[in-house]
Amino acid sequence: MLDKALTGSRRYWTWVLFLLAVIGVGFIFYLKQFSYGLGITGMSRDVSWGLYIGQFTFLVGVAASAVMLVIPYYLHNYKKFGKIVILGEFLAVSAVTMCILFIFVDMGQPTRIMNVILHPTPNSIMFWDALVLSGYLFLNIVIGWTTLGAERKGFPPPAWVKPLIYISIPWAISIHTVTAFLYAGLPGRHFWLTAIMAARFLASAFAGGPALLILLALIVRKLTKFDPGKEAIQSVSKIVAYAMVANVFFMGLELFTAFYSNIPGEMHPFDYLYVGLDGHAKLVPLMWLSSILAVVSLVLLIYPGTRRMEKTLAVACATVFISLWIDKGFGLIIGGFIPNPFDRVTEYWPTMPETLITLGVWATGFLVLTILYKVAVSVREDTAGIEIEH
Amino acid sequence: MYDGGKILFGILIFLAFVTFPFYNDIGKANVKPEPKIDTPEIQKLPQKKCVEPKAFMKAEHMKLLNEWRDSAVRDGNRVYVASDGKRYIISLQNTCMRCHSNKKEFCDKCHNYAEVNPYCWDCHIAPKEAKIAPKEAKNEY
Amino acid sequence: MSIDRREFLKIAGASAIFALGGMAIVNDIVKDNLEASQFSPEPGALTARKWAMVIDMQKFKTEDDYKKVINVCNSIHNIPDFGNPKDEIKWIWTDTFEHTFPGQQQEFMPESLERMPFVMLCNHCDNPPCVRVCPTKATFKRKDGIVMQDMHRCIGCRFCMAACPYGSRSFNWRDPRPFIKKENPEYPTRTKGVVEKCTFCVERLAKGLMPACVEASNGAMIFGDLTDPNSEVRKALSSNYSIRRKPELGTGPNIYYIIGGADNA
Repeated sequence: MLDKALTGSRRYWTWVLFLLAVIGVGFIFYLKQFSYGLGITGMSRDVSWGLYIGQFTFLVGVAASAVMLVIPYYLHNYKKFGKIVILGEFLAVSAVTMCILFIFVDMGQPTRIMNVILHPTPNSIMFWDALVLSGYLFLNIVIGWTTLGAERKGFPPPAWVKPLIYISIPWAISIHTVTAFLYAGLPGRHFWLTAIMAARFLASAFAGGPALLILLALIVRKLTKFDPGKEAIQSVSKIVAYAMVANVFFMGLELFTAFYSNIPGEMHPFDYLYVGLDGHAKLVPLMWLSSILAVVSLVLLIYPGTRRMEKTLAVACATVFISLWIDKGFGLIIGGFIPNPFDRVTEYWPTMPETLITLGVWATGFLVLTILYKVAVSVREDTAGIEIEH
Repeated sequence: MYDGGKILFGILIFLAFVTFPFYNDIGKANVKPEPKIDTPEIQKLPQKKCVEPKAFMKAEHMKLLNEWRDSAVRDGNRVYVASDGKRYIISLQNTCMRCHSNKKEFCDKCHNYAEVNPYCWDCHIAPKEAKIAPKEAKNEY
Repeated sequence: MSIDRREFLKIAGASAIFALGGMAIVNDIVKDNLEASQFSPEPGALTARKWAMVIDMQKFKTEDDYKKVINVCNSIHNIPDFGNPKDEIKWIWTDTFEHTFPGQQQEFMPESLERMPFVMLCNHCDNPPCVRVCPTKATFKRKDGIVMQDMHRCIGCRFCMAACPYGSRSFNWRDPRPFIKKENPEYPTRTKGVVEKCTFCVERLAKGLMPACVEASNGAMIFGDLTDPNSEVRKALSSNYSIRRKPELGTGPNIYYIIGGADNA
């Protein structure tokens, strides 16, 4: 089936070459980081995780969100998701690939990464995260590839895939829960030490992931003959709406606990992010942008008229995505480190090499996504009109 | 045969790659490395003997060093009781390299020959050598 | 034809995985251990069931008293000096009361106490969060309570730095070697990409010596076995009021501070 990705229009190849160029630039800067060390980034002794781990956290959510299509389709037999579900599964594959790459580029000693396997340590959440992420990658590749392969031949998917699909549902929840546990179990990091961290993660994931999926579905429909279905997109938009409401609600819960309790350690990270702390306010504009975009997206998503119209829906999805990207891919990680254990403020801002490496990883993810979508779309174009019983 | 020319061309490129190490070395002197042990510290020894027999050290020194490392760093056991009953303090810098103060002529000789780059020296400090005569070098410690 | 090729690749792949896995297991079992050799601690080593330190702040009088304990650690452990806070590496350092014990400062404290530098180092916790989160056991707790760092195994994920509530861990953001003023040839340096911290001078305890800072402190820093009622640390703790950094987090820090009474004011 992979051969489908080797033939394509001029536009397709231009896009692939563009991605390869971005990957190339990122790779060159990664080599630089590899020889100089992580000091090439904006991270420091006080803010020891930055953009890389932020992207990782955000993308685990995107990966987990495939479950929002799998549950209705496979558990509730919601037929309208029949065409779009493969897009969700392949998006998950691409997102997990990026997660693994972001972890890798964040390692101080990347050549020793197998130590995690050689010296398995069950008391470390990172050990479990490595396990569930690679498992999830495997599940989605197998499920997506097998169902698509069967479809191409006009058969229903083989029976052995069903159990894997059912396993993938709790597994998706697990990857984001475990990722939340990376943060939620650390003493002394008040911003992260919250019992609803995993719930918040899932809510933002189920908003951000499907929002990206709607945008991708609209693009796919525009560029190819493959139509994921207007109704399917509308159903996904309702999922985005509900999840975004839940996400903003959870955020409100955090704010209440921090400020009504009036405990300084609980309030300070929020102060830093939204109004500045001790004269440091580098992230304030970004965080307000995220908040404003969140409100805009909610208005557009909740009001049926704007949700049903695909143009405004696209705007809503873009605002959801950007808002959550700032909140989770940036603010959440940096906020956890400020103030530092000595109640001092050290700020963080990514450097140019760090940004280019990050773009390189994103481009790798998009390349994987492009190839997988190309295969899926080509298969669908070939079999258009054939109805398959699942 | 479909695409016969392309396949043959592919095979040729493959062969060129695979045989690279062979033709790359043609004409180059290929002398077996002889690590030197004539350091002042070793000359002083009544019996020129390492912690274990030479054959063992030659073949297994990397494993021994790994065991030393884990024993000292992880278990806190910093004394090695050799197979002949002799005791040694476990330390790459202070035991191994005290005798083998000629890293370039001892370690690097074989490592370069075998194209291995152990990362020991990223952290562990190699003895001062080279420009200084061996006798003076010893005084550094 | 195409199915045959497929099957072949499947079988080949599966057998390769089995072969690799099998090799790993066999390697593990037939480890080339030297039969007669064994390892033991050094004969004169200082041992304890739980090492702890009491820092008597009353005995730090001059700037020199601080410099001595910090400089000795920096020089024997090859700690680099980058001259900037971003790359900074520190095993033992000072800060004011407010930043050493955040949230515990009182209004109208004696001014001398407010301005006084407090010595900080790794707390060698009873329940170290850094050890709990490390994915490779590169940081681990020894039987004598010391929280140790195996720089050979560290992958540089920095989870331990996020987990430590005391800011005791430093990461090598770049190669530290060019920034070491004078190398101590008896101790290793570190390489870029690994985390390091105070080890209570395990290499000195093994030789029967007290930690370097303790030795240089003129009695201001007391080191001993917390489980031994006759140890110096226990005597100091039972005759003085002491505090610890962030004990409410349940980490069980093993560095105690004697702040002193009126004579400190």
